[in-house]
Amino acid sequence: MTHVISVPPSLDDQSFEQVLEQVAPLSPDEKILIDARHARWASPYGLTALLALAQTRTERPALAVPELEDTASYWARAAFFQHAEGLYDLHGSYPKRRETGESSVLLEITPIGKSDDVHNVVGRVQERAQQIIKNELKLESKAIIGFAMTLSEVCQNIIEHAGQGGWVAVQSYRWTKRLGRRVVVIAVCDAGMGFKKSLESAPGHLPSARWDDAAALEEAVIRGVSRFRDRSRGQGLAGARKYAGRWNGKMSVRSGTARISIVPDWDDDPPLVEGLSEFQGSQVQVIIPEATAGVTK
Amino acid sequence: MMNHIDLSRMLRQTLACDLYSNLVTRSTGAAVRGQIEALLSANSERALTIIDFSQVSMIDFSCADEVVAKLLMRYATDDPPGDAYFLFRGVTEDHCDAIEAVLERHDLALAVEEDGEVRIMGVLPDDERLAWNTTHELGSADAGEVAARMGTDVERATQALDRLQRRRLIMRVDERYVVVGNVTE
Repeated sequence: MTHVISVPPSLDDQSFEQVLEQVAPLSPDEKILIDARHARWASPYGLTALLALAQTRTERPALAVPELEDTASYWARAAFFQHAEGLYDLHGSYPKRRETGESSVLLEITPIGKSDDVHNVVGRVQERAQQIIKNELKLESKAIIGFAMTLSEVCQNIIEHAGQGGWVAVQSYRWTKRLGRRVVVIAVCDAGMGFKKSLESAPGHLPSARWDDAAALEEAVIRGVSRFRDRSRGQGLAGARKYAGRWNGKMSVRSGTARISIVPDWDDDPPLVEGLSEFQGSQVQVIIPEATAGVTK
Repeated sequence: MMNHIDLSRMLRQTLACDLYSNLVTRSTGAAVRGQIEALLSANSERALTIIDFSQVSMIDFSCADEVVAKLLMRYATDDPPGDAYFLFRGVTEDHCDAIEAVLERHDLALAVEEDGEVRIMGVLPDDERLAWNTTHELGSADAGEVAARMGTDVERATQALDRLQRRRLIMRVDERYVVVGNVTE
């Protein structure tokens, strides 16, 4: 029996929870069909999380592609189908060759599995990030380097802690619905071991009385704790968190059944959400908004 | 003796690739540091090494931790592997966030040369900072001269200078102290 999983018309980090709520009760070896026919829009998080979701299944899943031509075209430009072909049985028609040209896609979906991949990603993004951050987000030039550093660190999280490869995507768009301003968004998703398991593998790890995904996220994201004894470790996410805070951005990290967020004044997401549907690995999103008039750093 | 290390060139040699000018990832940083340490271990005499960031576009936290912090920590001990001193050159605002973050995390300081001037970056107690500034102003001085200028006793000045030497921020040449930036040319 194939279980049909409905994808909401607008797929972002929040609405992706609806997908997970449908998938979580199913055993990994049960056949699922991700029905994205009615999807009209997807954030970088939505697309990379869909790829990571496929990695959690032992029975190869199927995916019905968006029916709307514009949507399928965008997913193709973001290189979603290129990677999805290896993970899903795709149903429906979609552009087989990745279209190029002017696009809000700053970095199409790119696999991250080794250090070289991070060099590649940072190098590719730098020039366009400079133009977008300075001219479109109207942030100081200082924000450009910080952006590349943040991108590098969140990608390295996969290499250091996931135990398997993941995906990164970067996009810039006008976030009319939520913010009414332009944003640049980094999404990094993997279906690896996740923060709880990673920290449990630390030598001499002693779980606290309340040891769960939320506690692990607090340790890693807020306190900069790493599975390595070396106290140098754990600075990457701390740096990314600091960057998001400095530029009035939002950073959220989901792992297992919890999500922790650095919440700016323009967002009303709770700082910590527990009891979410299980999604193995870790999923990171960083949103940097356009500067508002009068804001100086 | 003096070494000049162009980090960008060393990065390309390390990765065997000409495409990258960004010092990113922990493994890259560890490999670059390994090359620097190999270069330093090749000679046993006192050496001032200029670590040149001029051609490095950016450095992230993880790489800064490996290339800068761990390098300094290896030599800023009571029993360093060699008599090595470091002067950082070409460090711009683009590199500062990462470097300052790792220095702060490990309570480290380094000497950086900027527009021909040498300054300290990182964490340094007030007495050591004063002793460093005083020695820098004097160019070359013994503990008594530094103490007199600082307005403290010789014992306290000597302690501060010795700690600065341990941090590889000051060299002791015979009975005189010289900050690393003053002996580059």
